Amino acid sequence: MITLTINKIATTVDDGTTVAAAILNAGVKGFRTSVTGESRGPVCGMGVCFECRVTIDGVGHQRSCNIIAADGMEVVTGE
Amino acid sequence: MSYDVAIVGAGIVGAACAASLSASGLRVLVLDSNGIATGTTAAGMGHIVLMDDSEAQLALTGYSRKLWNQFADELPPEAEYEHCGTIWVAADEDEMSEVRRKHSLYAEHGSDSEVLDERSLRELEPNLREGLAGGLLVKDDSVVYQLCATTFLLDLAVRYGATIQTGSKVAKISDNGVIFRNGDVISAGVIVNAAGHAAAELSPELNIVKRKGHLAITERYPKFVSHQLIELGYLKSAHGSDRDSVAFNVQPRSTGQILLGSSRQFGIDDSGIDFDILERMTSRAFEYMPDLKMLSTVRVWTGFRPATPDNLPYIGKIDGSEKIYAACGHEGLGITTSLGTAELLTSAILGKKSPIPIEPYLPSRTITEH
Repeated sequence: MITLTINKIATTVDDGTTVAAAILNAGVKGFRTSVTGESRGPVCGMGVCFECRVTIDGVGHQRSCNIIAADGMEVVTGE
Repeated sequence: MSYDVAIVGAGIVGAACAASLSASGLRVLVLDSNGIATGTTAAGMGHIVLMDDSEAQLALTGYSRKLWNQFADELPPEAEYEHCGTIWVAADEDEMSEVRRKHSLYAEHGSDSEVLDERSLRELEPNLREGLAGGLLVKDDSVVYQLCATTFLLDLAVRYGATIQTGSKVAKISDNGVIFRNGDVISAGVIVNAAGHAAAELSPELNIVKRKGHLAITERYPKFVSHQLIELGYLKSAHGSDRDSVAFNVQPRSTGQILLGSSRQFGIDDSGIDFDILERMTSRAFEYMPDLKMLSTVRVWTGFRPATPDNLPYIGKIDGSEKIYAACGHEGLGITTSLGTAELLTSAILGKKSPIPIEPYLPSRTITEH
């Protein structure tokens, strides 16, 4: 099992879970905020649409659907 | 319809000339074979910067920068005019002596700048790597979204009665007028060649060659960079001879995006992306700002600077013609020097006193290669 934080709240997921799946499992809905302030979330789930971007360990605009959750990872959504 | 002035080229230089000439009461026609701001203007960084490669360059960039800072209040918000300043980054003690030289030169010219040591540099720009010697903060430099600025200048010109016509291919200009590829002719009292890197095709007496550049833009990372940052080695890159060169040059956009440059290559007509030089350009940037590596780039593109042998533009009447004037050959400084160019050109056409001496930029000057 892997433990990461999503918006500072610890959550546990199975090995091999993507960050996008971990965020959805945790019940968080808004992955990122568009330029005009709309809430956005994953559409394609395979790294093409760029809608699922989140900040991981301080680095923004990471595609959460293409990144596997790791222990200690700090994920921030809604930015 | 007859015109006092026909300007060939609707880039930022042509647009600034159109605004200035039409504000002086002249009937102005602006022509562009392609469209508004589709050449070098579209490809550039929109950096308004004081440069001192030569006395004449310092005079023109200084005068133009003053005009931009006065003009800033009139610009619409979408022109994204930001008074962010430039920091020339010095990697070592050698480059610090260049920092001090620039600092005293700018002080002599009444321009505010501040010498930064290693610590104050990192305080202003924490994402620069440790161990850089320092830098020079040039406070009155700015950035602008040049496409909106160009449109705004043309809107001003239209308000003063100018006409804009795009899409008709200009084949030739002569004292008889502007001749289009389809054979149509438009006559005008004065014709201004503001055709950027295509200017020498219309006026073969001008020595202008294309100097290719690459730029990349990242996703939005607000506050990652706060000033326009350029390595002092840029000067070697920008003014070196014929070899391909790259330099660390990043710019914060008001959207939080970061523009990343720069490269210079002569003798290439192909506008495709050259991945070798792009790799050199980004590697150079990572040397100065290692965390840039972590950021996502959304687009890479290229453009051609209209370069002259002495890095100065051509402004004024072309010798041997009755009514053809040049406003072209601005290399990588066309956004900065567009407003100054327009004032010099307008004074020349109207026979008024030039705001700064025009002689160093006349097409007929004796050119010493840099």
